[in-house]
Amino acid sequence: MDTQLLYFIPLLIASLFALFTPIIDVFSGSNKKIIFYTTLLNFILIIVANLFLLSQPEFATPLVNINQTGDFLSEFLKNSIVLSSYTIFFDLIFAVAGLLTLFGVRQYLIRENYEHKEFYSLLSFSFLGMMLIAHSNSLVILFLGIETMSIPFYVLSGFIRNKTSNIEASLKYFLLGAFATGFLVYGMAMIYGSTGSLDLSLIHTKIMNNQFNTIYLAIGIGLLIVGLSFKASTFPFHQWAPDVYTGAPTVVSAFMSTAGKSAAFVAFIIIAKAVIPMNLSSAGQLTHTSNFITQYFREILAVIAAFTMLVGNITALMQTNVKRMLAFSSVAHAGYMMMGIVANNSDGWSGIIFYASAYVLMQIGAFIIVSLIEKENDQQLELSDYNGLSKNNPFLAASMAIFMLSLAGIPPFAGFFGKYFLFYAAIESGYLWLTIVAVIATLISLYFYIGLIVNMYFKTQSGEIEKVHIGLANISVIISVIGVIFLGLFPNTIMNFAILFFK
Amino acid sequence: MTSLYCTLFLPLLGSVIILFFSKEKTKLIKYFSLAISLLTFVASLFILFNFDSSNPNFQFYQETIWVPTIDAGFRIGIDGLSMLLVMLTVFISPITILASFSAIREREKEYYFMILLLEFAMVGVFISLDLFLFYIFWELILIPMYFIIGIWGSKNRIYAAVKFFIFTMFGSLLMLVSIIWLGNYVGTEILETGFTTNYLKIREVSNLIPQNIQGWLFWGFAISFFIKVPLFPLHTWLPDAHTEAPTPGSVILASILLKMGTYGLIRYNLDLFPTSSIEYGSLISWFAVIGIIYGALVSIVQTDIKRLVAYSSVSHMGFVVLGIFSITAIGLQGAIIQMVNHGLSTGMLFLLVGMLYERRHTREISEYGGIARVMPVFSTFFGIAMFASAGLPGLNGFVGEFMTLLGAFTSPFLNSWAYTIVGAFGVIFAAVYLLWMFQRVFFGTNDNPANFNLKDLSKREWTILVPIVVFILWIGVYPKTFLHISENSTRTLVNKIETIKFGHGSFPQLQTVELPKSPSNAIQQSNQNKPVK
Repeated sequence: MDTQLLYFIPLLIASLFALFTPIIDVFSGSNKKIIFYTTLLNFILIIVANLFLLSQPEFATPLVNINQTGDFLSEFLKNSIVLSSYTIFFDLIFAVAGLLTLFGVRQYLIRENYEHKEFYSLLSFSFLGMMLIAHSNSLVILFLGIETMSIPFYVLSGFIRNKTSNIEASLKYFLLGAFATGFLVYGMAMIYGSTGSLDLSLIHTKIMNNQFNTIYLAIGIGLLIVGLSFKASTFPFHQWAPDVYTGAPTVVSAFMSTAGKSAAFVAFIIIAKAVIPMNLSSAGQLTHTSNFITQYFREILAVIAAFTMLVGNITALMQTNVKRMLAFSSVAHAGYMMMGIVANNSDGWSGIIFYASAYVLMQIGAFIIVSLIEKENDQQLELSDYNGLSKNNPFLAASMAIFMLSLAGIPPFAGFFGKYFLFYAAIESGYLWLTIVAVIATLISLYFYIGLIVNMYFKTQSGEIEKVHIGLANISVIISVIGVIFLGLFPNTIMNFAILFFK
Repeated sequence: MTSLYCTLFLPLLGSVIILFFSKEKTKLIKYFSLAISLLTFVASLFILFNFDSSNPNFQFYQETIWVPTIDAGFRIGIDGLSMLLVMLTVFISPITILASFSAIREREKEYYFMILLLEFAMVGVFISLDLFLFYIFWELILIPMYFIIGIWGSKNRIYAAVKFFIFTMFGSLLMLVSIIWLGNYVGTEILETGFTTNYLKIREVSNLIPQNIQGWLFWGFAISFFIKVPLFPLHTWLPDAHTEAPTPGSVILASILLKMGTYGLIRYNLDLFPTSSIEYGSLISWFAVIGIIYGALVSIVQTDIKRLVAYSSVSHMGFVVLGIFSITAIGLQGAIIQMVNHGLSTGMLFLLVGMLYERRHTREISEYGGIARVMPVFSTFFGIAMFASAGLPGLNGFVGEFMTLLGAFTSPFLNSWAYTIVGAFGVIFAAVYLLWMFQRVFFGTNDNPANFNLKDLSKREWTILVPIVVFILWIGVYPKTFLHISENSTRTLVNKIETIKFGHGSFPQLQTVELPKSPSNAIQQSNQNKPVK
């Protein structure tokens, strides 16, 4: 078998599982464990397959161009899919996010008395969508991926359908999401009109060779940025995020705000790489017009990033509800990741890879802990409910503290390195002012991250929280804690790979 | 080599082991952490004895690449500037742990975990020779200190802890941006080997950084350090943090954490940005002088003993900053010895206030009077610490203050007597607030019934105080033992800066560092070599 075919395996596994989970759902009857374990197997297989690919010798030498697919595949797929390279890593990020969420899902749904089996199929489908986004090399596949991801999300955020908060979240998400999709498709059409191609690498070549219609291209990029900004919840299209993340089931918010956001950023990377190319020595010289377009949109993205960070953190500062606070902070984190897009070079993109990995671990960890402490009907979500948590639940409190410190970007945790790489990329590409804005935003964010630690450790309350039953979620919390510390101590485990991806 | 690793990692190892102890075995945890900190001290003695003070360069240098993509390395080493501070850290740590036995009565396991982690980070700050590593240690200090103030502090602890955290973090983030900017500029524009945070590499070429960029970088680092020192007007977090922290926390804050700021000023600001240091030196020195006077005046009106000692730190650290920015060998050495002095005497004052507080549970001066009669030994110790802090000749404080003032007086960079003249008033005010407080607390009539039956010092408290007194006297009578260690490193540094300004240094025999030729030429050359974009 052609070794290049190996890289096709993860996508194949994910598609097969996504297709067969509903069927298993039908035939498994009232046994809910089977489908749970099937989904678990799905994520574990993807992780194993991708780790296997990472261990392939191609990754040892940076010079081998691993973006090329085999003859058979490129014929078959019409060059619309990228295999290997950064896709492997994003597959891993999504699968880890899925796995961590899955461990928290079951007891959450059982407590809410709403464990229906569709949940797992929907999870598998949105996961497949994310993988498609990461693998896409064509605007069509990209769109397909975004929709395959989003539609299950609309359903999942309203999953507990007898709860008003869920329905509200779902409806809001759906209406605004549909709107954003419109922008996205319109943008894609414009780019197609301008360059005459849907293949992103072809679009890239055409832009480099000055074969495009300037006005259509500019409008197309602008609309694409609007659409993707919505998916990534960046300013000014972030309004839905806090409401949806607060209203949706906590475990779903965990998955949406991490894996979903990472997927949106891969889409950003793919688009930025193709349509706003830089004057890099390897890629040749840009013409005056396309260079102007690139610089113009980078400025716009920088402004978006700056506002996202500030708005996300300032509004998070005002929250008294932990879930809502995390939701706003996730908006701010989108702003930090946007810095990598603004930098628009391999350092920025690999910075995003690192940040996304760290972010998945710490944000899911935090959300899972919130889901554990929360009671039925959205009880016990206020900041004051966390008072004295460290007394009876030292493990949960310590883990939460680590996640908060990591989210705030304090060394030696993973979040710090993510920020460091992104700051570095931004300064390197001449965006010092953006870094200073990011620093100010980080400073603001400290107050509420630290505030939660204050509640957990420094305050006490009369009716203290009894010892929380952690159960299966223990695994996700432990994995996240270890991951956050490990990536903090050995960031090069990821960076060594990430640097190769965009060479 | 091994001794340096042991000094750094023993506390970390200890703190991790404590996590596995049972919560109830408080006695085991206490004595275990004491043993670890003592072992660390013993390990550091090996560094001290193998340290060659005639060598101005870094010794025990170790380099392990950590994150290759950004050239961040685990680079550590010690020179004359950091040797004394490392010794101070490992010396004060067992003392604070011993003092914690009585001061900390709840959640011991977490506490001793935090304090050993703190020791690890503090040693790390003083020995790291990589800007990235330095930043990590610098931030790592924040977490345990935040918890120590927040969990074991007194009434207003949450406010104090959050204020401390946010103030320090503000400075740190500015420093982070400066570090990345510096690493990127040096790596791509000067060395052209790519981003680096290697301190030694950057130091070699630091005077090639153009003045306008250097100025920004200088302030990025400086503000972070000024907050930590703290220099007037960035000092407002200090009284709160000091007063609200538990006794051992205040001791560590005063003795070591504040020194990190001044150490950073010498190590990074003077050494990496010499031209900007010269340019802004006099401005900063004025702030230092204002701090000296302001801290002293505010101390006079305090009614809380601990707050009084806290404000006196602002005043004393002003002397250190003045000594540093005099950029003379004598001023710098005075600054270093003053750091040690302040660590010893103010640390001891905090310990003594803590002991008094444990007996009476109040720190109001008006609650006391005539304590000398019921606690004669305690009063003697307090007297020694107080006089050391006030700068009485024969005790350590005098040496440091005298040398920094002399340095400012003779400095060719400050070039004015005014600093010394105004600063010297600080010494007088120090005598005023300390002696007045001493008089109100220890003399007069003991007419408060609560004070009639106070117990004098216990054996443990003797053990805590005697080692400090030994060093207070030692530095006071024969400071040469200590000055000798930092002598050559400071002279080399001063030489370097003087050569930049005047073309020749005061210590030509030490001119070991070959400076790159005229900065402007070199910049042009490096620009020509760059491929045109």
